[in-house]
Amino acid sequence: MAETNEKTFVEELRSDDSNTPKAMPYATGYGADEPTVSMPLIDEQLPKSDKPKVIVDGLVKSFGDLAVLKGIDLTVTEGEVVVIIGPSGGGKSCFLRCLNGLETASSGSIKVDGYEITDKKTDLNKVRRNIGMVFQNFNLFSHMTVKKNIMLAPVDLKVYPKAEAEEVAMKLLRRVGLESKADAYPHQLSGGQQQRIAIARALAMNPDVMLFDEPTSALDPEMVGEVLNVMKELAREGMTMIVVTHEMGFARDVADRVIFLSEGYIAEQGTPEEIFDHPKSSRLQEFLAAVL
Amino acid sequence: MNIFDTFRESLPYLVDGFQVTLLAWIVSIIIGVLLGLVACLMRLSKIAPLRGIGWVYIWLIRGTPMIVQAFVVYFGFSQALGLRMSPLTAGIITLSLNCGAYLAEIFRSGIQAVPKGQEEAARSLGMGKARTMMRIVLPQAFKVAVPPMVNQFIITLKDTSILTVIGMPEIVNEAQQYIMIHLDYFETYICVALFYLVVISLLMLLSNYIEKKIGYDRKGRQA
Repeated sequence: MAETNEKTFVEELRSDDSNTPKAMPYATGYGADEPTVSMPLIDEQLPKSDKPKVIVDGLVKSFGDLAVLKGIDLTVTEGEVVVIIGPSGGGKSCFLRCLNGLETASSGSIKVDGYEITDKKTDLNKVRRNIGMVFQNFNLFSHMTVKKNIMLAPVDLKVYPKAEAEEVAMKLLRRVGLESKADAYPHQLSGGQQQRIAIARALAMNPDVMLFDEPTSALDPEMVGEVLNVMKELAREGMTMIVVTHEMGFARDVADRVIFLSEGYIAEQGTPEEIFDHPKSSRLQEFLAAVL
Repeated sequence: MNIFDTFRESLPYLVDGFQVTLLAWIVSIIIGVLLGLVACLMRLSKIAPLRGIGWVYIWLIRGTPMIVQAFVVYFGFSQALGLRMSPLTAGIITLSLNCGAYLAEIFRSGIQAVPKGQEEAARSLGMGKARTMMRIVLPQAFKVAVPPMVNQFIITLKDTSILTVIGMPEIVNEAQQYIMIHLDYFETYICVALFYLVVISLLMLLSNYIEKKIGYDRKGRQA
């Protein structure tokens, strides 16, 4: 079993004719020993530019009397990796869920790719095809095989014809190192494997933006690395990513910008160096002291 | 008279009656499944009046004995609304309404047993509400609902016997007529019981087979 995996891995490297770098250049920190991603996750290097992809303006979200988000402004540009950190209950997940309309904003506006999410007339189903989301609990469809999980939405929503969707699914599986699990059911896989497949499932729709909602929080510690490696690879390939996480190492390594969300506000933001090495506000200092 | 002779002699009556029993049962569970699905979706609907109708339907059926419902449908409707129907029609209506109400609750608990995250994952991929229901929620809800559904089918089969009170010519009714002449209470009713027992045993075997087939096991749940 291990041998065959090894072989496909090597074959993969040899047969890959694209000019993108093959293996992960920085296998440091978390998951250095984990099997890394052997091929690019998406077909081409995505452009990085100053073009805004996500524009959030005065976002407020409250549940009854409880205000969870109290006015968030944020612009994420094409290819940018934004990592959101902060204490539990600070509104991180809620913010992410507002971005693809899983939660409805109470007021303010959210534009993704030019579509106004908060506008009732917007066809959310159409906009969501462009926004991939990865959940803390993976949420793989438990009654379907891994391959079906990946193919379902692209085929049902006619993104690809069935044969092509199957090719895409197998390619993505190879890229997250789980080709051999194509016919397995989710409950037969480890958490880390399930999460890598959840990422592949989101990528099968060819999204422009990926949202990650604490993707490693439900994992056993030894499986965190394999998921982070896939995410690192994705970031390197130019995917626009917004990541809610407690993995400070990942934030430091991969983020272009770190946002500290606390009590419904963006309390502080900046480059990883600014946030981790020179935190300004006392709240961020306390938070970092508690988690690092 | 020996028990086997009674069996032999009562058999033609009982077979006639059991055909009616099976007919009423099969038609009722088919209508009941459809009614149950509609009522269940109404109860889970966002539209308050629909939710209300679904709730009232289930409330009325669960809140009253089936024998009373059968009297209302057969005698009541005929007197108050001039709706005359055969005992078989009235019986099927009563059984369907009954089966539908209980199935609605079974379906609803099945749907609510599917973790919310399954729905959210489908929606976040751009699948619409109806498509998510059909492709993701209902297939998983069905798995959970199979054992209680089969149980309800068994109850409905046995409930057909109650409809003898409105004169539906099912097996118990036929048995009573046979007994009136021959007075073999014990032997005849034992024979009637065997008819039910055989069909319900087959049903239980079928249910075990389906459960295995669709992989109903506790590992299938998500963490």
